Amino acid sequence: MKPALSVIFFTTASGAGYGMLFWLGILDAFGVMPRATWFGPIAIGVAMVLASLGLMASTFHLGRPERAWRAISQWRTSWLSREGVASLLAYAPAAAFFAAWPLAGAASPLARALGLLAAVFCVGTVVCTAMIYGSLKPVRQWRNRFVVPNYLLLAAFSGAACLAALAIFWQPGPARIAAAVAVAAGAAGAAGKLAYWRFIDAARGTSTIESATGLGWLGPVRMLEAPNSEENYLLREMGFRIGRKHAGTLRIVALALGFVTPIVMLILGAALVGPAGRVLLPLAGLCALLGLYVERWLFFAQATHTVTLYYGRGA
Amino acid sequence: MTAIPAPSPGQKKLGLVIDLDTCVGCHACAVNCKEWNTSGHPGPLTDFDAYQEKPQGVWLNRVHTYEAGLGDESRTVHFPRSCLHCEEPECVSVCPTGASYKRAEDGIVLVNEEICIGCQLCAWACPYGAREFDEDQGVMKKCTLCIDRIYNETLPEAARVPACVSTCPASARHFGDLGDPESAVSQLVAERGGYDLMPEMGYKPTNKYLPPRKRPARSFAAPVEDPSPPDAANGVMRWIDRVLSR
Repeated sequence: MKPALSVIFFTTASGAGYGMLFWLGILDAFGVMPRATWFGPIAIGVAMVLASLGLMASTFHLGRPERAWRAISQWRTSWLSREGVASLLAYAPAAAFFAAWPLAGAASPLARALGLLAAVFCVGTVVCTAMIYGSLKPVRQWRNRFVVPNYLLLAAFSGAACLAALAIFWQPGPARIAAAVAVAAGAAGAAGKLAYWRFIDAARGTSTIESATGLGWLGPVRMLEAPNSEENYLLREMGFRIGRKHAGTLRIVALALGFVTPIVMLILGAALVGPAGRVLLPLAGLCALLGLYVERWLFFAQATHTVTLYYGRGA
Repeated sequence: MTAIPAPSPGQKKLGLVIDLDTCVGCHACAVNCKEWNTSGHPGPLTDFDAYQEKPQGVWLNRVHTYEAGLGDESRTVHFPRSCLHCEEPECVSVCPTGASYKRAEDGIVLVNEEICIGCQLCAWACPYGAREFDEDQGVMKKCTLCIDRIYNETLPEAARVPACVSTCPASARHFGDLGDPESAVSQLVAERGGYDLMPEMGYKPTNKYLPPRKRPARSFAAPVEDPSPPDAANGVMRWIDRVLSR
């Protein structure tokens, strides 16, 4: 599948934004976030800006971006529509949490309840994002049990890393807790990603050129002539092959940049705090986002679609 | 709405039956489809660099050619591929705007280009590659089963079939109601063992493909040559035969 940069930016940025808001809501409910008046609104603001930038980027992928508002109408059947609805609904508890933090106080039951509510909406939105891909039968690398947990874990990881990067500018204690959460989510995310890669490498597609053409009873089938002499939309969109060629190298880059380096920086930053922490924790967040961008690029580039069977390519 | 209409008993299911035994791979169906539809319901079917080195564009019907089997038993099979108007079209259920829909009255899957946002999720959801994105118009295009021909009362009745069917010189394409077991197309499917493409996907295509017919066993050994041709009785001919045989 063609890795459209706008869609990759959308899933990574909005995943980090919702992950950050999720952890802020949860950790504030447990009373372990900085109580400062402006920490909450700034953190919620950063999270929602990340999520909003992602959502805006996703419209660049559309042929008719000016009609994007129509996408919220078919939530009964379409995961893309549900994602749109969930992301819009999530603004309500986020805005209320934003206002309650300075007005009622971070420790107030109101702020805590709103934080938890916002966290629930964040999980729902990320699940919808993952299901856009997880529901597509023709793409075996997307429709499997690893996709939703992976999206959730990676949003939790990058979100917690961003929260740690911000919290260090207020108090070292809460930053350490966010960093610890990020390290745990990052380790789980890396394990999930490795399991996903093992799974897609081992699994074979249920469809073959024989089942696609129904000619298998004659023996093996191969394409003799393509319908058109040039590449077409189907092959450009769903027959993307450059990613598969460099998959091995890119997996190492994604693991090193997206997981190993940020986890090391998170541990060092949380241990040292002070000026070193104020450099290391933001760097860890940035590094995680860049690495996950590579990971998400691979998620698209390595995915194959059954239409390519008709063109004599594997899927 | 993107909800799939619930099937009713005796539901009309308009579709195509494509005979892979008689298709000669002339691409006339694809060309006539393009010609009709570029000025029809889904038109224009935009082309890029149409007269340059690498022409590209939207086609709603594409004809592949396969080789199936090995050795003496191998066959060349021409294989037209277009929208199958599935009973469970996930291209419709994934559509976020309701632009994609399946008609309850005849089962045709269509796109309302006025509200399509061009997210292309339907193209991802179709296992068969039936949907194409018009990069110029920013919306999706697909086979309409020539909805502007089959119900078109300004056309003579014989012409009220999809453009691909009307143009096929080998009569390899048949159009009709596959929901009616008594229809000519349903009878043809029953008689010839018409089948679904990728049944394992669960989309339940309406269009059916008829398999190439089995061939009688043939010998591919070189024919034994008769040493004396029949006309060799004539003396002159015998002489010519001898001279030319040297």
